[in-house]
Amino acid sequence: MTERLPLLALVQALLAIGLAPMLVGWVDQCRAWLQNRRGAGLLQPYRTLRKLFHKDAVVALGASPLFRASPYIQLGAMALAAAIIPIFGSQPLLATSADTIALVGLFAVARVFTALAGMDIGTAFGTLGARREMLIGFLSEPALLMVFFTASLLSQSTLLPTIVETLAHRELAIYPSLAFAGVAFAMVLLAENARVPIDNPSTHLELTMIHEAMVLEYSARHLALIEWASALKLLNFAAIGLALFVPWGLPPPGSGVLVVLAGTAVSLLKLGLVGAVLALIETLSAKLRIFRAPEFLATAFLLAVLGLLVHQLLGS
Amino acid sequence: MIVTSLGVVLAIVLAWMAIGLAGLLAPRSLAWVGHTLFPLGAALGLVLAAFAILAMFAVPEAWILPLGLPDLPMHVRLDPLAACFLALIGLTVSGISIYAAGYFRPGEGAAPGLMCLQYHVFLSSMAMVVLADDAFTFMVAWETMALSSYFLVTTQHRVPEIRSAGFLYLLLAHIGAISLLLCFGVLQGGSWQFTFDAMRVATLSPAWASVAFGLALFGFGAKAGLVPMHVWLPEAHPAAPSPVSALMSGVMLKTAVYGFLRVSLDLLPQTQWQWGAVVLVLGGFTGLFGAIFAAVQTDMKRLLAYSSIENIGIIFSGLGLALLYRGMDMASLSALALAASLYHCLNHAQFKSLLFLATGSVLHATGQRNLGKLGGLIHRMPWVAGLALLGTLAMAGLPPLNGFVSEWLLLQSYLFTPTLPQNLSNMLVPLGAAVFALTFALAAYVLVKFYGVIFLGRSRETSLAQAHDAGWLERIGMGWLAVLCVALGLFPVFVLRALDQVNQSLLGATLGDHASSWWAVVPFAADRASYSPLAFGAGIAVCVMLIFALVHRLYHGRVRRSDAWDCGFPDQTARMQDTAEGFGQPIRHVFGSFFRIRRILPTPFDLAPKYNLQLADRWWDWLYTPIVRAVEKGAYWVSFLQQGRISLYLVYSFATLLILLAFVL
Repeated sequence: MTERLPLLALVQALLAIGLAPMLVGWVDQCRAWLQNRRGAGLLQPYRTLRKLFHKDAVVALGASPLFRASPYIQLGAMALAAAIIPIFGSQPLLATSADTIALVGLFAVARVFTALAGMDIGTAFGTLGARREMLIGFLSEPALLMVFFTASLLSQSTLLPTIVETLAHRELAIYPSLAFAGVAFAMVLLAENARVPIDNPSTHLELTMIHEAMVLEYSARHLALIEWASALKLLNFAAIGLALFVPWGLPPPGSGVLVVLAGTAVSLLKLGLVGAVLALIETLSAKLRIFRAPEFLATAFLLAVLGLLVHQLLGS
Repeated sequence: MIVTSLGVVLAIVLAWMAIGLAGLLAPRSLAWVGHTLFPLGAALGLVLAAFAILAMFAVPEAWILPLGLPDLPMHVRLDPLAACFLALIGLTVSGISIYAAGYFRPGEGAAPGLMCLQYHVFLSSMAMVVLADDAFTFMVAWETMALSSYFLVTTQHRVPEIRSAGFLYLLLAHIGAISLLLCFGVLQGGSWQFTFDAMRVATLSPAWASVAFGLALFGFGAKAGLVPMHVWLPEAHPAAPSPVSALMSGVMLKTAVYGFLRVSLDLLPQTQWQWGAVVLVLGGFTGLFGAIFAAVQTDMKRLLAYSSIENIGIIFSGLGLALLYRGMDMASLSALALAASLYHCLNHAQFKSLLFLATGSVLHATGQRNLGKLGGLIHRMPWVAGLALLGTLAMAGLPPLNGFVSEWLLLQSYLFTPTLPQNLSNMLVPLGAAVFALTFALAAYVLVKFYGVIFLGRSRETSLAQAHDAGWLERIGMGWLAVLCVALGLFPVFVLRALDQVNQSLLGATLGDHASSWWAVVPFAADRASYSPLAFGAGIAVCVMLIFALVHRLYHGRVRRSDAWDCGFPDQTARMQDTAEGFGQPIRHVFGSFFRIRRILPTPFDLAPKYNLQLADRWWDWLYTPIVRAVEKGAYWVSFLQQGRISLYLVYSFATLLILLAFVL
């Protein structure tokens, strides 16, 4: 049993890494359907990645080693996060070596390296994107931390497996603190993944882009890694949200083959639902002006803090 | 005679003094001062650190030295708290001294030999502050520290700004020192014994204890840079030579933390939880304030100075938490908060010194402190850029480096508060956690700006093409501090075991034995929280290398070099990159009410349009300007007495005598 467990967890993490582009494809497909288009299919992101990997990398003349290392660090950080978050099983690979705070730190690693790489070439857009990304990061990171804190206080633990375990076995009731935290988390998810009210992943509109501005100088395999990393980040965030707010159905450690398979199917279903909802939100809402982004995120932060205070006051 | 740790430490203090004096033998000789004396001082720093670490696990030692005024011998004592801070001093100083050995250039400011004297007197006075076991010794060492650092700040005393910065520092240091004198006056509790031993047993009424605590908070807060006594830091740090800035920011601020701990946890045995609440609020506000101001600075050393204010705020908020829990008799939580704060002291000493030294190298290579005139130095100064990157990542609180460990511990101590008896504190702790999280996230913003604008991008001035990398002594100094950042990040359990000795001696509680596994920090039970930096670091390294290997195995590794994409506009110049002002602009927007903004906008008819924006600290308006006005007004009224005629002064003396006689008779 004990020997099989890490192997299973490793397979689950690899599955998450492999499926991440498909989630992006699914969101795009849903959005296409909602907009009465046919869409490119679930596999389109894989085709894009394949194309990018086969191209010659064009690197700007003034690039430093940091620029070329950054994509690997970004995808590495996201892959490590996939081994910390309970995505397909409640006992992920590195469950006990990194808790929710370390997870937030890991996302910060990816963000800082993305921003530094954006500043490396010295074009106007790169620094602009880096500045905006850090602006969003400095508000969304504490908001995410506060969401985790609310869940941690409910379960008296910062370790994700314990949180999932406790929250899945609580009695079915509405927790006001979790409701606040849930709304805050949804807002953080949209902002962190460069989704519509804050950023638009599918345009390169000069005045408003954030994430795309930073990665403007990247091409070929570097760009592929970054695209993969952002897809994996979306999957990771969706999985965090599911683990905190809809934790039922994750197979506990030591379950049989059938339970594991069923759990994986349930997780996939839940992820698909998240993707559909995301597409719906993106279709229904318009992008905010960049000056409004801090207000949006400050709201998320305050909601998360409110959730924490509600927990302290009501004890639930 | 048996060699004890305290003996060795005192010998090192004396040896530093001797090194300082030896600098006067050949004050202009760089070979003697730079390549002999400073490395020697650095080696002594290492020995100091080694013995201090040993002393943390030993029983406290106390000596009475027959020095000083008659009937007032000097008391010195080496207990775990003192040893902890001595270790900090030793570890950090060894890096800074090695760097300083290579830093001095002929013909800059005061003679190197004179600097050597002031520098080493500064070092030994800091060590003596930590060792002192009576109020007299403490105050003498404290004042020596203030004065020697004043001379170091004003090394280039011919520049008027530097003189006034030095004066401001001296002024606030002395206002703080007066408060400390009063504090010790209250602490002796009517026994008129000024040894710390007597103060520990003195019984104070709760009100007087609060007075003593308030005076200590003010006095040490002025030295540490708590808002609103922070105003000297952003002036003094840019004025001082970089090794001195590193020493003051990395080490001297920590002696204020030490003094605060000594008074509030050792000399005042009964803690009231309200003290903790006050310190928590003050620390939280200072932290946020420092981070916001750091984000909008354009001078790289001022930016770091504000970032020091931020870190001091973080440290003090942790101490406030420790006091709060101690006041409510929750010793094990208090131990966690104290250990986290001490850990952050240790971390901040390393990465802040490292970054200050890096700015020193940049300053030497380019002559620029203004961020708007730097850029692209990673190509010209790869060593400095690489080491500064480590310091930057550590200070931004990124795992698996050291800044993250103390952030993690502090967040844990905020988080696992059981329900506290008071509703006020029940609300305060989560709010404190929120402010702390915001501060740390802002720190990442500040550091991306700091590193990105100095080292990345294209050079904003053509003169930067001549910039040269740091010399090998400077590299060793910075490298040592970078190694410490990594080691403190990867092996926190060993550090925590040492810090537990401080907990044991001050609070009578420890983090306990859960932290016994050497690879993971487990402050409570294993299912509540654990963090293993080794597994984390290994995980990220394996992931990155695996991806690299796979990509290069499965696909080709071809790279073409070409110009950066110009977005259809061919005349891009380096001036079109974001400036330091530009990078800070969103923060100015979001936190506008924190600043006093003076903006000069050009009109459409200006032939040579100029845009000028000045940001100022509102505390000057709120606090300092009214005080200055009141003092001026008072002086105006008092000046009425001064008429410049000797006959009038004789009348004053006569009247005074008469009044005194009336009292006596």
